[in-house]
Amino acid sequence: MDGSYHNQALLAKLAVVAMAMFGFGYLLVPFYYKLCEVAGLNQLQAADSVPRNTQVDEGRAITLQFDANLRDGLPWVFRPLQTTAQVHPGQFVQVLYEVRNDSDQAVLAQAVPSYAPQAAALYFRKLECFCFTQQSLRPHETRQMPVVFLIDPAIPGDMPTVTLSYTFFEIEGVRPQASANGKGRDVARL
Amino acid sequence: MQAVLERAAGGEPVTQPKGIMRWVRTTNHKEVGTLYLWFAFAMLMVGGVMALMIRAELFEPGLQIVQPELFNQLVTLHGLIMVFGAIMPAFVGFANWQIPLMIGAQDMAFPRLNNLSFWLLPPAAILLVASFFAPGGATAAGWTLYAPLSIQMGPGMDMAIFAVHILGASSIIGAINIITTILNMRAPGMTPMKMPMFVWTWLITAYLLIVVMPVLAGAVTMLFTDRHFNTHFFNAAGGGDPVLFQHIFWFFGHPEVYILILPAFGIISQVIPAFARKPLFGYRSMVLASCAIAILSIAVWGHHMFTVGMPAAGQLFFMYATMLVAVPTGVKVFNWVGTMWEGSLTFETPMLFAIGFICVFVFGGLTGVILAIAPVDVQMQDSYYVVAHFHYVMVAGSLFAIFAGLYYWLPKWTGHMYDEKLGKWHFWLSMIFFNLTFFVMFFLGLAGMPRRIPDYALQFADFNKIASIGAFGFGLTQLLLLYVVIKCIRGGEKVPARVWDGASGLEWTVPSPAPHHTFATPPVVE
Repeated sequence: MDGSYHNQALLAKLAVVAMAMFGFGYLLVPFYYKLCEVAGLNQLQAADSVPRNTQVDEGRAITLQFDANLRDGLPWVFRPLQTTAQVHPGQFVQVLYEVRNDSDQAVLAQAVPSYAPQAAALYFRKLECFCFTQQSLRPHETRQMPVVFLIDPAIPGDMPTVTLSYTFFEIEGVRPQASANGKGRDVARL
Repeated sequence: MQAVLERAAGGEPVTQPKGIMRWVRTTNHKEVGTLYLWFAFAMLMVGGVMALMIRAELFEPGLQIVQPELFNQLVTLHGLIMVFGAIMPAFVGFANWQIPLMIGAQDMAFPRLNNLSFWLLPPAAILLVASFFAPGGATAAGWTLYAPLSIQMGPGMDMAIFAVHILGASSIIGAINIITTILNMRAPGMTPMKMPMFVWTWLITAYLLIVVMPVLAGAVTMLFTDRHFNTHFFNAAGGGDPVLFQHIFWFFGHPEVYILILPAFGIISQVIPAFARKPLFGYRSMVLASCAIAILSIAVWGHHMFTVGMPAAGQLFFMYATMLVAVPTGVKVFNWVGTMWEGSLTFETPMLFAIGFICVFVFGGLTGVILAIAPVDVQMQDSYYVVAHFHYVMVAGSLFAIFAGLYYWLPKWTGHMYDEKLGKWHFWLSMIFFNLTFFVMFFLGLAGMPRRIPDYALQFADFNKIASIGAFGFGLTQLLLLYVVIKCIRGGEKVPARVWDGASGLEWTVPSPAPHHTFATPPVVE
């Protein structure tokens, strides 16, 4: 019948729309990363810019606490070489973290930073960090890794203590170059 | 077998299967509609029992009945089952029964797809319920399945992912069927601007479903590959981002809440004119408002994520866009009140539920506008204020509209009048217990009680006790609905074709009960 032909044509069109929207969901992934890049958001793996006002504020000191964590199952030992430091806002600081691979295999992992209080992240300017790249450790290798940063003097006075915490995540099964999911580019860039 | 499936000219299978096979193989829109509605009721009971377990635990401070792990599983599955198992299938059931009757079509456009889209639902429901018995229990990540929690959970999470896939496929097939039926199968003379509001709202809802359900399917597929195939969409270890999941989820999730409310608007727009004995006030603006709500719904998802660290410009955009939704919604409420204005009102059960819907839904809508204010939301998010808000929209909105539609069309479907006295009891008990349950939650939320936690500080004890009593009352009241419906199916006063004297529309021109086949020759609309 004529009507059923029309129905099937419409069915086909709507099915294509549904299919396309499934693809659109995946398209949101690169779109999101592009948008974050343009907006300068969430750039955890890039060095921060130095604030315009780099005068060291000798008038106050901030207590920094350093913390290190491993995501379940990562056969590493990870610790900061100093647990606390007193710094003035605007002062360049270098601290060292040490990581040791206790397993018999080479392991690739990525450190992700976090801050407490959360709002302190805005004022924490990292110029050099082991979290900017993936860390690959040979069996039983030990490595000391620096973080160079300064606290922006614009930091409000209600944050006398700031904790910088790193968590290492194992990157299982994927080599950075051979990533299968289209985000390989991002991973390789890290 | 093929011979059996051959159809005669009237669309009737040559031999009709008996017993259970009649229902398994049915392609009749009325029977599929009935299946959908019974399935939805069964899921309402399953999800309701979970809600009552939650409320039983929260009856007193401290841990008495369920442990925190199970509590979170119950909260998660209660949400998934009520949204995908109860409310959505109930509206699709109404669409199946009513859309062909209201546009003068013989059946849905694709009867066998219709059968398929229903029979996909029970396996998905079984997967969800059975996931409680998987090692580690059901998913406890909340119905939003947020990463990274959902990446870490046991096999119960995989079962939920498969269930969401199946439910999504069912919704998409159903939506395609509904759009095709509405666009291609209307009776001669039924121009788009003569379509009943229920048909209009379902047309818009079906388009929304096709646009957003595949995105949810994509999101849970990404979760699945993150869990098992070493992709890193949401896994921070490989450069993924958990916030990305929230964006993709809410791109689906916010239109989803309009998918759950637009057909409710449609039902209310049918019921109120019938009992006000006046045509719908501002029909054209109602159509445009529905379209506007649907279009805006795709651009407001960020208001679920004000606290993820979004820049102020983003917060402002989503805040204003969200507030804009109140305009077309306000147009609708205004038009319903305008329809009642100077009408010859009578207050049968469907009308009671419709008026109750307007009163209580407005609470849900206005608290939504409050939550849309970004600085306020930062205070209130993840508190019981949010729980109260969305239950005012989902229960007092969608569910009360379903009740209104059920009482309105049930006599047409069964040929018997329901028990009016019991119907009114059902309304008043539902209304009182609903408010008893959820109104106090606004205060609990304002006072700072967080959601999804099985225990609470002592100062919240009294209000929680009230909410739990209300919840048990509301749950038991729904057994009364079951009794009323069964009684109405079994017998009762015979009703004429036009059950309600003020009702208009093609569905009232066919006899009551509506025969197995209707409109073999299309009616002509003036």
